[in-house]
Amino acid sequence: MKKKLRILIAKPGLDGHDRGAKVVARALRDAGFEVIYTGLHQTPEMIAEAAIQEDVDAVGLSILSGAHMTLFPEVMRLLKEKGADDILVFGGGIIPKEDMEVLYRMGCGQLFGPGTPTQEIVDYLKEKFPDRV
Amino acid sequence: MSGLTTKELLERFRVGDRRACAQIISFVENGAPEATLLLDELYPMMGRAYRIGVTGPPGAGKSTLVEKLAMECRRQGKKVGIVAVDPSSPFSGGAVLGDRVRMSSLFTDPEVYIRSMATRGSLGGLAGRTKEVCDILDAFGKDFIIVETVGVGQMELDIAEAADSTVVVLVPESGDAIQTLKAGLMEIGEVYCVNKSDREGADRMVMEIGTMLEMRAKNDGWMPPVVKTVATTGKGVEELFNKILAHRRYLEESNRLSERRRKVIRNEIERIIEERLREVFYHQPGVRKRLEEMVSDVEQRKVSPYQVADMLWKMYFGNEQRRV
Amino acid sequence: MANEDIEKIKDEKERWLGCVNKGEPEKFQTVSGVPVDVLYTPADIKDLDYLYDLGFPGEYPFTRGIRHNMYRGRLWTMRQFSGFGTARDTNARYKFLLAHGETGLSVAFDFPTLYGRDSDDPMARGEVGRCGVAVSSLEDMETLFDGIPMGEVSTSMTINGPAAVLWAFYIVAAEKQGVPSEKLRGTIQNDILKEYIAQKSWLFPPEPSLRIITDIMAFGAKHVPKWNTISISGYHIREAGSTAAQELAFTLKDGMTYVEAGIKAGLDVDTFAPRLSFFFNSHLDFFEEIVKFRAARRIWAREMRETFKAKKPESWLLRFHTQTAGCTLTAQQPENNIVRTAFQALAAVLGGTQSLHTNSMDETWALPTEKAVLIALRTQQIIAEETGVINVIDPLGGSYYVEALTRELERQAYEYFEKIDALGGMVKAIEHGFPQREIAEASYRYQKAVDEGRRTVVGVNKYVLEGERLEIPILKIDPNVEKEQWERLARLRQRRDNERVKRALKDLKDACAGKDNVMYPILEAVRAYATLGEICGAMKEIFGTYSEPPMF
Repeated sequence: MKKKLRILIAKPGLDGHDRGAKVVARALRDAGFEVIYTGLHQTPEMIAEAAIQEDVDAVGLSILSGAHMTLFPEVMRLLKEKGADDILVFGGGIIPKEDMEVLYRMGCGQLFGPGTPTQEIVDYLKEKFPDRV
Repeated sequence: MSGLTTKELLERFRVGDRRACAQIISFVENGAPEATLLLDELYPMMGRAYRIGVTGPPGAGKSTLVEKLAMECRRQGKKVGIVAVDPSSPFSGGAVLGDRVRMSSLFTDPEVYIRSMATRGSLGGLAGRTKEVCDILDAFGKDFIIVETVGVGQMELDIAEAADSTVVVLVPESGDAIQTLKAGLMEIGEVYCVNKSDREGADRMVMEIGTMLEMRAKNDGWMPPVVKTVATTGKGVEELFNKILAHRRYLEESNRLSERRRKVIRNEIERIIEERLREVFYHQPGVRKRLEEMVSDVEQRKVSPYQVADMLWKMYFGNEQRRV
Repeated sequence: MANEDIEKIKDEKERWLGCVNKGEPEKFQTVSGVPVDVLYTPADIKDLDYLYDLGFPGEYPFTRGIRHNMYRGRLWTMRQFSGFGTARDTNARYKFLLAHGETGLSVAFDFPTLYGRDSDDPMARGEVGRCGVAVSSLEDMETLFDGIPMGEVSTSMTINGPAAVLWAFYIVAAEKQGVPSEKLRGTIQNDILKEYIAQKSWLFPPEPSLRIITDIMAFGAKHVPKWNTISISGYHIREAGSTAAQELAFTLKDGMTYVEAGIKAGLDVDTFAPRLSFFFNSHLDFFEEIVKFRAARRIWAREMRETFKAKKPESWLLRFHTQTAGCTLTAQQPENNIVRTAFQALAAVLGGTQSLHTNSMDETWALPTEKAVLIALRTQQIIAEETGVINVIDPLGGSYYVEALTRELERQAYEYFEKIDALGGMVKAIEHGFPQREIAEASYRYQKAVDEGRRTVVGVNKYVLEGERLEIPILKIDPNVEKEQWERLARLRQRRDNERVKRALKDLKDACAGKDNVMYPILEAVRAYATLGEICGAMKEIFGTYSEPPMF
């Protein structure tokens, strides 16, 4: 029996623009994944802890506030600290190219910019986790 | 940490590693081959936690109430596990599990463990492995385990069986629907809660529930209390928790707790056997194939489903007469 | 027109349709999915009663505009929403905009400020000064308006949960410039219902939030009479993915809810209704947007006069600010956004807006650069002074299509009003997650249509430039802003009279727990230099907090 793909979708920080996060959550559900949605205003600590308890395969962060260079590294650092750096961190939002490069070098998964079709995100996750359904 | 052996995983679990606990839950939830072994190993550590089921119609404020109940447990120094069950999409098999949204104040408390579960294939019922997940959290050292489900269809009956105390959450507006509710939710609750009780009609709702409960067929010595709460502010939650504890005392003193748990164990053994039988049966060479072949015959009314079942039965058991 | 003529037109249209290839009908819908006919005729507006449904500009029901001479009398206010970094950075930008012909200020606060948190709050990490200016205390507000005459300029502040506090900062900062509150002109958004519905920057649960709003309305009517104490906003509802009809319906219903709250609090409707203003989005579908504005005016006038029995004409008219739709801007080929914005701005003007913000081309990437914001401002100036559209009032009025679609949007809005009423009103509907769910549905539908190529987004799913590189400059926020703010706050906390702060916060809590107007103790706390976070924290102790119903 194949393991279900479980994804945590989180909105870190104070930014309340959750339109993208919700659309992605629904698209992932429609692709057959289990999505744990934690809601708004999450600290990196809350996100890392939820990711662990829910035993997700990946964490998707949606950040439109410009705080990505603070929040992505912090979530990744906390996962590592908790011995869970095998959990993939990916995300979406408004992230300039040079910032993306820095985050990729830190081991961050794919970062999807504005205008990305949701199918692209689904395909990315399927490719990353071929042994999941 | 993904490549750990079951032995290493268990070692970490025993020292309270939440990641190990999470991964063991996943093994069990996915019905992985390691699952049985893990559960066997953990079995001696189970049986200490008290299990509270919380159910009710959508929009009754269950998640917020569960958050506040958990906070009440924490205030009393107790460790809490929460299992929040939501339905899977029947179309895609996926799910959006959003109960955590209402529980964020608990996220970073190391003594609270929250797990969201989708019902997956189980037909309208509780997620297939909910009980096992509770068992694991029990073994993990939680004092209370709260299971939250939407009270529709089969789920509410399943939860009543899996929980020691079942709390049914209603809102003042549920009044109109109470007649249709009585078949389900009105039969299973051991504690009733009228949430959002700052709204109009709360007292009337309390009375109506009381009336319904007096007419309920069997109350075997326990008259379910009705508590008013406002989960968003925490009002009434302490009283609700006390009523749950009172029910627990009643079960313990009347020896019914052990009776119930024995029943659950019996059911579980039966279920395991049934599952295995089913598996073994369908794994017989040719059984699946033959079944598929016969479907069109049944469709054309050449044979009845019973006759096909007889035929398949004989493939396995020989000529023994099993038809009932 | 006589009935037989209408019948004849109908027949003629049938005949004519026979010669027309209408294409696939699902391809011809408004952006919101309203199906539209290939041609409109007098038959589509045969019931239109000119005097009852349209009337004259400046007169009930205001469908054609709220002023007798509209833009011939006075142009709309060109008001660019702006704010970034520290109060000092933004102060310089305001002076730049005023020097280039902007006629009103509009403050964009950063996320921590929008959530009533100080720059040194742990939740604020990484967000200080990012999406707006950080204002944590009276001191920051004084800096923000340093050298800007607060008695002359009109200022709009996009602030909701902590609106009372930021408004108090503004009033006291003006006091320090020697400007009495009676002279102040401007707007605070202060629309909490749409926060629960769409924008999500709430602080307290709905009930106490409504009470604060009525306190603000009462205080304003008495002490700040030229101030718009609430700007009921559809903008964010639309940005969250709603349709035009949802934006219209939810916004107006929010407005009616505030009116009800005011009346219930014992205020005479005519004392506060003239200070209510609105804020709408101008999206891509040109005609649908124009009719949305027209329908909004008509519905509001009718409801205010007939349902709420307001007697003053000023209470009936719907004044509104418009912002072009940020969610329609694309990160790809950002220069195209100049064109999108120009059409959206034109729709707002043809729809009769009172003030306008035009987005800058680079806003999907960051806050706008000076160059980008200047082009956006110039877009408005070109519409106003070159195109000639301001010469005639409501020039599209009477168009068969425009009138029919105005009525269709009005009908859809009333359909939503009924659904909301059936749920027990807007606050209940929000608690049920009804508007949230409707918006989430619409937004998902739209995204699917874009993903599947049924809806074109130029440069994103069609006419894509392979290997495109970003060629416009992007504004960088100095990462030291956060540190500077921390230090400034630390100094302030040391310097001020902390005993006075403590007393003021205690008085505020007492007012929150009782029935006294909260504005007075908030002003006192502000004068004592209590910070935004401290004031909101004290209020949360009494009012509690809120978490959203999860909706997908």
